[in-house]
Parts: sequence; structure tokens; C-alpha cells
Amino acid sequence: MISQFFVLSQRGDNIVFRDYRGEVAKGSAEIFFRKVKFWKEDGQEEAPPVFNVDGVNYFHVKVVGLLFVATTRVNVSPSLVLELLQRVARVIKDYLGVLSEDSLRKNFVLVYELLDEVIDFGYVQTTSTEVLKSYVFNEPIVVDAARLQPLGPAAIFMQGTKRMPGTAVTKSVVANEPGGRKREEIFVDIIEKISVTFSSSGYILTSEIDGTIQMKSYLSGNPEIRLALNEDLSIGRGGGSIYDYRSSSGSGAIILDDCNFHESVHLDSFDLDRTLSLVPPDGEFPVMNYRMTQEFKPPFHINCLIEEAGQHKAEVIIKVRAEFPSNINANTVVVQMPLPKYTARANFELEPGAVGQRTDFKEANKKLEWGLKKIVGGSEHTLRAKLTFSQESHANITKEAGPVSMTFTIPMYNVSRLQVKYLQIAKKSSSYNPYRWVRYVTQSNSYVARI
Amino acid sequence: MAPPAQSQRSPSPSQPSGKSELSDLKLQLRKFAGSRAPGVDDSKRELFKKVISYMTIGIDVSSLFGEMVMCSATSDIVLKKMCYLYVGNYAKVNPDLALLTINFLQRDCHDQDPMIRGLALRSLCSLRVANLVEYLVGPLGSGLKDSNSYVRMVAVIGVLKLYHISASTCIDADFPSMLKHLMLNDSDTQVVANCLSALQEIWSAEASRSEEAPREREALISKPVIYYLLNRIKEFSEWAQCLVLELITKYVPSDSSEIFDIMNLLEDRLQHANGAVVLATVKVFLQLTLSMTDVHQQVYERIKAPLLTLVSSGSPEQSYAVLSHLHLLVMRAPYVFSSDYKHFYCQYNEPSYVKRLKLEMLTAVANESNTYEIVTELCEYAANVDIPIARESIRAVGKIALQQYDVNAIVDRLLQFLEMDKDYVTADALVLVKDLLRKYPQWSHDCIAVVGNISSKNVQEPKAKAALIWMLGEYSQDMQDAPYILESLIENWDEEHSAEVRLHLLTAVMKCFFKRPPETQSALGAALAAGVADFHQDVHDRALFYHRILRYNVSVAERVVNPPKQAVSVFADTQSSEIKDRIFEEFNSLSVLYQKPSYMFIDKEHRGPPEFADELGNLSIGEAEDNVVPSQRVEENDKDLLLTTAEKEETRGSSNNGSAYNVPYDSAASVFASQTQIESAISNPTTAGHSQQASFGIDDLLGLGMPAVPDAPPSPPQLKLNAKAALDPSTFQQKWRQLPVALSQELSLSPQAIAALTAPQALLRHMQSHSIHCIASGGQSPNFKFFFFAQKYKESSNYLVECIINTSSAKAQVKIKADDQSTSQAFSTLFESALSKFGIP
Repeated sequence: MISQFFVLSQRGDNIVFRDYRGEVAKGSAEIFFRKVKFWKEDGQEEAPPVFNVDGVNYFHVKVVGLLFVATTRVNVSPSLVLELLQRVARVIKDYLGVLSEDSLRKNFVLVYELLDEVIDFGYVQTTSTEVLKSYVFNEPIVVDAARLQPLGPAAIFMQGTKRMPGTAVTKSVVANEPGGRKREEIFVDIIEKISVTFSSSGYILTSEIDGTIQMKSYLSGNPEIRLALNEDLSIGRGGGSIYDYRSSSGSGAIILDDCNFHESVHLDSFDLDRTLSLVPPDGEFPVMNYRMTQEFKPPFHINCLIEEAGQHKAEVIIKVRAEFPSNINANTVVVQMPLPKYTARANFELEPGAVGQRTDFKEANKKLEWGLKKIVGGSEHTLRAKLTFSQESHANITKEAGPVSMTFTIPMYNVSRLQVKYLQIAKKSSSYNPYRWVRYVTQSNSYVARI
Repeated sequence: MAPPAQSQRSPSPSQPSGKSELSDLKLQLRKFAGSRAPGVDDSKRELFKKVISYMTIGIDVSSLFGEMVMCSATSDIVLKKMCYLYVGNYAKVNPDLALLTINFLQRDCHDQDPMIRGLALRSLCSLRVANLVEYLVGPLGSGLKDSNSYVRMVAVIGVLKLYHISASTCIDADFPSMLKHLMLNDSDTQVVANCLSALQEIWSAEASRSEEAPREREALISKPVIYYLLNRIKEFSEWAQCLVLELITKYVPSDSSEIFDIMNLLEDRLQHANGAVVLATVKVFLQLTLSMTDVHQQVYERIKAPLLTLVSSGSPEQSYAVLSHLHLLVMRAPYVFSSDYKHFYCQYNEPSYVKRLKLEMLTAVANESNTYEIVTELCEYAANVDIPIARESIRAVGKIALQQYDVNAIVDRLLQFLEMDKDYVTADALVLVKDLLRKYPQWSHDCIAVVGNISSKNVQEPKAKAALIWMLGEYSQDMQDAPYILESLIENWDEEHSAEVRLHLLTAVMKCFFKRPPETQSALGAALAAGVADFHQDVHDRALFYHRILRYNVSVAERVVNPPKQAVSVFADTQSSEIKDRIFEEFNSLSVLYQKPSYMFIDKEHRGPPEFADELGNLSIGEAEDNVVPSQRVEENDKDLLLTTAEKEETRGSSNNGSAYNVPYDSAASVFASQTQIESAISNPTTAGHSQQASFGIDDLLGLGMPAVPDAPPSPPQLKLNAKAALDPSTFQQKWRQLPVALSQELSLSPQAIAALTAPQALLRHMQSHSIHCIASGGQSPNFKFFFFAQKYKESSNYLVECIINTSSAKAQVKIKADDQSTSQAFSTLFESALSKFGIP
């Protein structure tokens, strides 16, 4: 049970504010914002998503730079409130197509309308975009998606590759297309976030894949859908010895540690043939989340060397090798490395003929940053940086620098080899053939090499 | 035709230029009020939007109330909704004007369109104006019977709103029983869920006022209701499922097959993508199996994977909430998670609040087989750019060292920290080495060699400096320079700002003096002189004390200041196990995130349906000496309390969150540490309480070996109670929740008893003399509530009693639960006879 709900902009302005129970004083939004902004004097630490000020509990989630906040005085389930806030953001996004400060401001009356139906007197009534459709009457004012930062993991499809209809994911579930006709289509995105830690000698210390099968349906009449996954997929690591799965890292079975499903998913034949059947609700939702610690081939190999070169100097060499096929590209790659605190200057040297690369020494937090617009599969790139120190280094220099971290996005590639074998839509007529988009993407979560 | 004002077209809110803007709006609203011209609705929409955007950013637009109401006569539903929103916001501050809205809202409640009926009813109930409640009863009554589920849904919550405006109106109209009927019969699950929410809120608010409320609340967790909800659980929305699951945690199944049925039914809820549903299910599983050790263990194994999946999917905020719960479970049963330690490794891009939880989890799961890897990982973090986390990691290494028997490798690592040449690393490492030496004195040789190389000038933080000074004093015979380092520190006495450091300096120089008198004598003299002249009271006192005791007798002084020390086996925990149990009982709530039980952060009136544990906490507050209550001990959480060997290993198994870190370690404490008895008697009020109880016990033995007095009824088998029975509150709570009620009866009290019952304490003492002990009590005249327990003589079979006494009716409601059901009748007789003698001299 919550008392108030509000959305604040990055500057702390109320965009919407709804008081459901009148138990918490009106100034709560300011109290909240001040607390979040100045959580610790040094500004180093972020405020946790839940905290208590004078008996009022504040919950918040950050979505596209906006703060979605709920308050309450009772001892509720924090998971419930945080899930709810995230869900409210998603419902609003389903309606507005794009979630941003601008679209919220333009549509705040619609948002109020939604909020009134989602929560009554602090109790959740429904968060189903579909059910809400019959209660909500305002038409969304659609804002231009191109210049706005989109929401959600599927947003990565908006950049790069031409094959994908970039704007489709930002279209409102309720608003009509300019042509008046609604396009029948469905998107299934397999999004994998990978975490890898390499030891200083290049071995993999830990690796994990956190995957989601995300769906967004614009099909009319809610037909039933069947999604078939790899038949050799197995779930749970129980029983077998730790070596069982090692041998399979070549081309064998895919073993998920665990997974969970959206409530609309029926698992009747899942055990038999690994198919999921569901009637997709309107809007965007995760069909399945999965987690995997089975060994996989990391998409990048990172090699880093730091050597002293005189009393006030050192050299850093970072090598990145792309270990995926050459028909695949990685986008927006950024390599970062903290340098010793007493670093005064860094001179960079890229390989001859390098294009679309940039280098930067962030003076304020003594960080090296190397950006690569694109890395083609199979290629290798090197960065050399000559560091100048303001004082003599007397400790072990490798303890003062690193680790190297890397962020990237690789469209049309997934490391787990989990696949949607087919996507079947129950036919209404022989001419019914909606667009189906099955897209894969791999993203870095925490990709780190120690030195 | 009204001219559409161009300036009003801008949809984004801008600051109104002041009063003129408001009066401008007012004028325009007036113009449109009566108009039915085409296109007027569009212009009205724009105006309304503007008003609401002002309202959102906090500008008071209540002065437009009259005009807004006038404009509300429209068939446009978007306009209607905006108007309702406005009215709901300002009705409370304009109760007179709110009356204006009643008319159109009541009319809308009878609209053809169920949508309008529902909306109007919701707005009507949201006015929050006390003198309008009479207008609510009618529409609510018909709303509850509406053929449309949307209207019923709104009406149910409407009843709850009415209750909050005027409880008596709501109860008098008999709405609660209508809700109860709906809850058990409605076809729409959201209506059912709303009924449940409303009834829970109403009955727990009524609990203190009415007789029937507690019974009604009990009824919600009765078998038929629970089964009815369980059978429909998959029809409920995910949010309503959470509500039902939370209710089930309060249900007490009659046997284990029932428990398994419930668990099998809910098993697939663990695969839900919504973390709130999963956590609610986990709570059910944990609570149901509390008394079944094996199954409870299996539950831990079963819930591990789903929780880990939730942590890694979802937003950082959602995973934080789940991770906090995982943290709690890891702390309770570290061994279950010891092979999953890699999941608790920190990622460089995680927020510090997540890293901190993970560090604690890593510390907890460390055991013989994984310590090496965990410590290696933690050492990586020590070089982290995030300084607070780096420090935390070093402390984690230290804690692991303190909980392991094989500390070989760890000591080396810690000593490496000292050589890392980062001042904050050195500072934390010093404190750790000091704690380590207190537990493993055998390592002193290796450590001292390294510590000796640290220049005291590089150590600035008081805690670290104090640690260094302590080591200088303690190991002055092994550290060549000790007297001279201390001497130079004493020379700079005036520049030392921390009293803690100065206190340590005094003690260290004393110890050094006993070991190496000729080298230290002058330094000691200087230190005592500086100390006596110190403005800080404690420093002054300690210096004076040392001075006098030295003058009295040097060897006595040595025995006091530098006695042989026992190694500390376990450092005191920061949190008592009672507190941890309380938090565990409040699983899936904020208590887990804040790591405190709810009574510490929730105001009393918002604590919601008080669970048993809560009542116990509240009730005991008024109590004084007889029973030491867990909740009170929290605040006193005596930081100077050193757990001694006497308290030993048992604390370890369940909870080794040993906060070795800030344990004080001055020599005065060590003196006591070697004299277990004295120390515990002085610093531990619990023990004091116990001994007091024990003396009561002796009285009991004298006064009453035979509870059944000559004229007692002869029929029941003689039941002998243990006069010295002991039961800790958490076990009591657990048992109370698990056991069924064996006997429930109403007893009459004599007028003498009523007269004697001025305060709960009077009855406590009386019952204790009959070997029936009180664990919690509370209340004020005329209502008193007691929880008693008794134990069978020479057996561990317990009897638990809840006794509610109303002095005005001279009745006592007694509920008895027993480990051994067959003797509950005998016990009841005993209890009755004990009670009947109350007040009779």
C-alpha cells in the first residue's frame, strides 16, 4: 500500500504528483529530492532505492533520467513497490510510445488518468496495458522519437543496422499510425547481458549471462503464439558433476542455471519440446528471464600491460581482440581504465590508419577512455598511452591502476546460442501474415580485465 | 463564441505570472460554464489542463473551485476525469464548496455507463470531508451490489475510504460484513482482493476498539478462507497474489500434509518473473517449515536459484530489494550458500549499497574450502578506486581472518596491505591486525615485525592510531623502538585531538613501563603530567588513577593495567539474535532492507495489522524488571560489552557477523575479560535479571512445592510445574504461531482480584509464585493482556497462555496452547486455580 506517487525530472520538478491517502505531508517531493541529491557529502555514493526520513519510506527507480517515486508510512514489501514503479513506467511508455520528460509533460493528463486506474487508495488495481485501455480516454500526444533517449533494453535496436525498423519499438500501443492503419507486427528480442572477469594472466575468473526474451506485440485480436527454443536446452545444474557442462562448451547442450517466466506463458509442452505458448498482452514485457554460468566464448579478449619507463613515466598498452565472426560488428565500444592518482598527463598513440576511434584522459577522476565506434569481428586493436607522473611512484604500479573495463553492444549475436527456432502465430485467415521480428543482441554488463 | 485564447494553447506548464493569470483563468472558465456551443469542450479541456498543471507544480488553484464545478456539467469523459481529479485534490481544504460537487457526483453514480458510475463513486469517496459522509452511504451500498465489476471494485475501496473519514458510519452501515460476503462470493478476483485489503485494514484499526475485530481478523486466516483463496490464486493479478500470499504466511496449518499441499500448490509461483510474487512465496515456504528442520533446509536449497535469477534480471533497484533478502538468508544459513560465493563478487559498475551487501555476504559464506579465493577477490577490491568500498573490503578480509581457524594466508595478505602505502589502507589494516592479535596472540611475532616499520607519522586516523599505540604498549618488549616512539607521541600530546588516542597513549606507556622501566620512566612521568592536566575528563581521571595506583603499589598497578590476557574467542555481534529473528519474521518487508525490525522505524499507528511478534514488543514496553525484553535491549546494545569465552561458540553457528571492527580493546576491559564472572554481572543486565529470577525461584520452592492445595479437585492427574522454567521470547513466538489452541475458555474473576489488578505487575508476581511465568504483558485499565508460559516439572514440555482480562466485566479470556495436548486440561485447571487465588491474601 503506497501513499503517494510522483515523477520528478532530473532537476527535481514535479511532472506528475498523485496523493492517494493523504498520510504523508505535501512537501515530500522536495524532502526526497534533497535527500537523493545530497546522499553523502562527497557525492560519491548513490542513494539506495529505499530509505526512510522521519517515518516516511521513500522508494524510487530511475528510468531514462526520471525519478519514479512512491512514499508510504507502513512496512510494505519493497519488492512490490519497486516492481510497481517499474511497471508504471512501462505502462506509461506503452501508451506514449516514448518515455521522456517531454512526452510526460505533454501527456500529463493522460498519465493522471492512468494513475487513477492503476492505483486506488494506495492499492494496486491493475497494471495491464490491455485492461487499462478500456478505462483511459485521453489520446496520447506523440513526441518525436528520433531525438529522444528511448527506454528499455530493446532501445539498442534503434542504432545502427538498417535491417531493423528502428522506430517501431517506440510506437504507442494505443495511438494510431499516421496512415490510419495499424501494422500487424510482433517483436521478439533476445537480449543477453554478459559479465566476465579476466584475471591478470588472462584466465576467466567468473562469467555469467543474464538473458531476457522480450516481446512487444502489435497484433490485433490477441492470437496465440508459440515460441520454440533450442530442443537441447536444459535447466538447472543440479545433480551432475561440475565437469559435465565443461565438456559441452563446444556445440553441445545449452544449460541454463535457472529461468523465470511471465504469467501469460504456458509451459504445458515446455518439458517436452521446449516450446512456450502464450497470448501476448499488449505492450512490452519479458517472456522469460534466464541466467547461465555455463562456459562460453567471450566476445572480446583484453590484454593490458603497464610498465614503468623511468621515474616519472609509464607506458600502458591495451589490446582488444574481437573473437566473433567477421560478418558481425560490435558498436559503441568504450574501454576504460583508472590510472594512478598522480598521473599528470597521458599521450595516446593509436595504430596507423585507425578510424572512428577517440582517446581521452579524464583529468578529474584520472581515467583513460578509449572509444571505438565499430569493431569488426576477428579484428584486433591496440592503444598505447604514455603516462607522465607528477610524483615519483614508489609502490607497485599495477596496484595503483586498473582494472580495465569495457562496454559494448553486439547486434545479431548471442553468446549463449539460445535461439528462437520458430515463432508461430495462430492464423486467423490464410492471408494473415504479420511481420515477425526476431532479433538478437549481446551487451556488456560488467566486462573487466584485471592487470 | 468564446475566443480561444492563443496563449493558453501551450501545453507545457509555465509559471503563472501571478494573481492576474488566475483571475484570467477564472474568467474564461466562467464564460464556458453554461455554454453548450460546439467546440467548447476542446477549449475547456485546454483550460482544465492548465489548471491541473498548476496544481501539479504546487500552485494553489483552489480559488477556481466554484468555476471548475460549474464547468463540470459535461458529457465529455476526459473533462469529467480532470474535474474529478481537481475536486479530489481541493475538497478537503474547501469543505463548504465540496458540498457543491455532491450533487453532480451523486447523479453520475446512477449513470447508464458503468465507467461513469465507477468514476463518480471513486471521486465521491475521495473528497475526504467528514460532514459529507451521509451522502456516501447510499451510493456505496448500491455500488457494492452493482452488476458491473468495475463499480464493485471501486465501491469496495470506497468503503475503506469511508472508514478512514468516519469509522463509525462505516461500521454502523454494516459495510464490513458486506465486504466479507463479497470476498467469499464475487466472481471478479480484483473485487475479492480489494475486499481482503479493506477488511485487513479495517479490522486491524478496529482491534483496539472493538471486541469482534480480533475475531474477525482471525477469521480471515481461518482454514476455509485460506483454502478458498488458495484455490483461486492463479486467477488473481500478480499484485493480488502478493496480498494473498502474505495472508497465508499467517495461517497455521494443522499438520504437515497440509503444509506440503500448500507448498506444492504454490511451487510454480517461484518461477514468476515478478520479484514481489517470488519473495512472498518464499516467505510462505520459510514460515510454514520453521518447525521442520529438514524441509526448511530443502526450502533454502530450492529458493536459491530463483532468487539469484531475480538478482541478475530486472533493474538495479529491483535486484537490490531481492539481494537484501538473499543477504538475510545468507546471514542465517551461510553454509547453504558457501558454494555460490562467486555470485556475490562485486561488479565494478554496481552502486556502493549493493557492493556493501555483497561484501558482507562474502564474509559470511567464507569457509575452509573457499576462503583462499574469496580473500584473493577481496584483495583486488582493496586497490579499488572507490575508497569506501576498498576500506570495506579490507575489513571484510579481517573479519574472515577472525572467523577462520586457518589464518595463515590471510595474515600475509593483511600485512601486505600495510605495505601498500595508501594511508586509508594502512589505517584499516592496522585496526585489523590489532583485532587479529587479540584473537591469535601467536601471530604477534610476524605482525609486530611489519607494524614496527610503520611510521606513526603516517597514521592519522584516530582508530588506526589508537590501534598502533595499543600494539606498541602490548608488545613493547618485542619492539625495539616502542618506548621512544611512545615518547615522541607524548611530546606531541597537545597536538593530539582525539581523546581516544590520548587514553590509549596513557595505558600503552604504562604497559611499556612495566616491561622496560628504565627506558620508559621519563616518558611515563611526562604522560601522567600531561594527562592530569588534560581538559578531557576521562583522560584526566585515568591519568590520576594511574598516578595514584602507582604510588600505592607498583605490582598492584601492573596486575590492574597489564594482567595476562586470554585470547578473545568471539567478538561481540553488532546485532542480537533476537533482533535478527524479528527481522526474519518480517521477511519481504522494509525491515530486511533497513536491517532493523519494524518497530524501530514505523510509527505505531502505521504498523498495520500487528502480528504476534509486534504485540509482544508493544506490550512489553511498560514492563520493568521481572522480564528483560528483547526490544529494550536493542537500545542499550552495550558497545563495551565483550563476549567472553563463557558465551563461546554457540553464537557463532547462526550468526557470525562479528563486528570485530569497532570493538573497544582498552586494557581496563581486558582486566574484566579475564574475570568472567565480574564482567558479566556488571555489564550484562540480562544475567542480573536472571539471577534475580533465580532467587524468585528459590522463594517459589519454599512457598510452593505443591501447587495443588488440599481443596483442589482431585480428578485431574497431578501436574507439577517447573518453578524455574525458562523460555526465550522468540521461541515463545515461534511456538505460539505453530501450536493449535488446545483450550479456550472464559473465566470469572473475583472482586478482590479486580481490586488487586491495578497494574499488570501485580498479577505477574502472583502467577510466578504458582510457577506460571509471564513473558509479556501490557494494557491499561480496564483491558489487560498477558502472555504466560509454564513448563512441566523435569520435562521440556511447555504450556503457553494468552490471557485477556477485562476488569469492568471481571472476565478473563484464556487461550492455552500446549506441546503435550493431553495434559492441557490439567494445566488449565491449575491455571484457573492459580488465577482464582489472585487478590486473596
